[in-house]
Amino acid sequence: MSESPQAGRRAFLGATAAASAAGLGFVALAPGVQLIKFAAAKTGAEGASGKVRWGMLIDTTRCATGCKECVSACATENAIEPGSGRPGQSSQWIRKIELKEQKTGREISLPMMCQHCAEPPCVDVCPTGASFKRADGIVLVDRHICIGCRYCMMACPYKARSFVHEPLTQQNPEVPRGKGCVESCTLCVHRVDKGQQPACVEACAKSGHEAMLFGDLNDSNSEISKRIASTATSQVRADLRLDPGVRYQGV
Amino acid sequence: MANTAVTFREIPGKGGFYALLAACGAVLLLGAYAYFQMEHHGHVITGMDNQMVWGMPHVIALFLIVAASGALNVASTASVFGKTIYKPLAPLSALLALALMAGGLTVLMLDLGRSDRMIIAATHFNFKSVFALNVFLYTGFFTIVGAYLWTMRERRMNRWTTTAGVAAFIWRLTLTTGTGSVFGFLVAREAYQSALLAPLFIVLSFAYGTALFLLTLAAASALSGRPIGDAVLRRLKNLLATFVAGGLYLVVVFHLTNLYFTRNHGVEQFVLLDGGIITGVFWIGQILIGGVLPLLLLLAPGMTLNRIMTACVAIVIGGLAQMYVTIIGGQAWPLDLFPGYAARSSFFDGEIHNYAPSLVETLLGLGGFAIAAVMVIIALKVLRLLPEKLDNLTLDPHHSK
Repeated sequence: MSESPQAGRRAFLGATAAASAAGLGFVALAPGVQLIKFAAAKTGAEGASGKVRWGMLIDTTRCATGCKECVSACATENAIEPGSGRPGQSSQWIRKIELKEQKTGREISLPMMCQHCAEPPCVDVCPTGASFKRADGIVLVDRHICIGCRYCMMACPYKARSFVHEPLTQQNPEVPRGKGCVESCTLCVHRVDKGQQPACVEACAKSGHEAMLFGDLNDSNSEISKRIASTATSQVRADLRLDPGVRYQGV
Repeated sequence: MANTAVTFREIPGKGGFYALLAACGAVLLLGAYAYFQMEHHGHVITGMDNQMVWGMPHVIALFLIVAASGALNVASTASVFGKTIYKPLAPLSALLALALMAGGLTVLMLDLGRSDRMIIAATHFNFKSVFALNVFLYTGFFTIVGAYLWTMRERRMNRWTTTAGVAAFIWRLTLTTGTGSVFGFLVAREAYQSALLAPLFIVLSFAYGTALFLLTLAAASALSGRPIGDAVLRRLKNLLATFVAGGLYLVVVFHLTNLYFTRNHGVEQFVLLDGGIITGVFWIGQILIGGVLPLLLLLAPGMTLNRIMTACVAIVIGGLAQMYVTIIGGQAWPLDLFPGYAARSSFFDGEIHNYAPSLVETLLGLGGFAIAAVMVIIALKVLRLLPEKLDNLTLDPHHSK
């Protein structure tokens, strides 16, 4: 092999290669260095009690077709407004689904939102750990470490999550949201932590339908536990064995 | 080592070289412009929404990442399976693999809602997530293939080439398993949830990567005025035909498996029969252009460079079509929350979702191709990665007709 001496070019290439290698090396090694933290995984649950499991029971026989009190209350509480883009790009933390049984024609109306699974697929697939489940069963997104990859939206069987497609204004300070992050029903965690009910449940009761019941599934004396123990209720897509915290009656 | 007899040379910078570099650079700039538009306005300016959460950037990025793994075929065949004829081409194979991976990964990262938080993706990990594992598989790919390239071109390190080649071979099979598993582990989406997706992606990667390698080799040959010997071309074209046939076989098995489960009949009917554009892209793009046409072109008697190149372009188009059907088609089919019920809502429950990619997201994706092309073009210009001659005598001194 005959290599002609071109010292200048070599030095330049050498310097460029060294700089690139240092940069690439950092990017390649950073994840490896983080493996050290692997042993000390976060609990992500300080402040919430593992003795409680918050849940909801929805009585579809009392839920009225066309009534959207829960949806409006959620939008007001969490400052969710329709975006400027196409309707499909707006966030929907809770929605009303109208069902018609194909064999019999029986019609059912019900609210659908994050089901706060005990085994949430969104938490499994989230690369950074931004999707997490509190000790009390509430599934949330940590807005500080969500990178907006949307893998959780692909994984959620309930289509419960929305991606913020554009800059937001007029936010509720207690409910931080932001462009480029994924979000979903928080079970009004900011209210629950103050001993209040989620906004949708309160609105449903106020409208007189009382189709939504919120409470502690772990407490056998809570109203929700008693109802679940005495009436036939079901979990949506129970076949997936995710153990959702939201139960439905009359489906 | 066999390639000590082969001289490697930079390719000369002539008019054609700079024209190609400028063209690829222009696409790269357009991609960068598209990214800044998306970064500024948000995904509201794209065709993506809460129903179609992954769009054109993912289609192109995953194609490039899968092809990157396959681009290593030629190097692996030389180092792992000892085919000396491919040894002089192994550095180009490794270079292309690195470039395609860089292009695909860049697009994937720039399509994030918060691409400014890259450091979080590299420092916060949930090890149950296939995405988090992929961060390690992708960064490791750069390290291992980079080291492999070094052992090939640094004479003192030549004795480690086989070891590095085996490591790179195992790593890229794992990597493509990880890429296929991104979809395979989505329990609720009827179009996915199949363990077959991982091996399917591996076999498809062989075809996509080899096709892109042949296109790169032909371009480098034309730009440097070094004609390719027909012996290596014939072998590579036959190898490519085998990969295409293998891919078609696994696609057939994948759909037959799905058809065996009654619950999957709806989504299969959607993809195969009445999915409109998805069905068209599947049959015309993936099967006809990406499978049948290249097989005919590659296996017909006689061989011309043009015919091989046409087959390679068809395989690339078919590969993009396959990713479109997998990613877009899989999301277009609605989730079935209440089996046995017809559902409707303000959030498009029970409806087939449509997707119309915008110009910005398409340009962002094409920018990934441009990154790979610019990297290969500059590397071949300044580094000695391409043999001085590509004729039969150089590549395979013991070759007999």
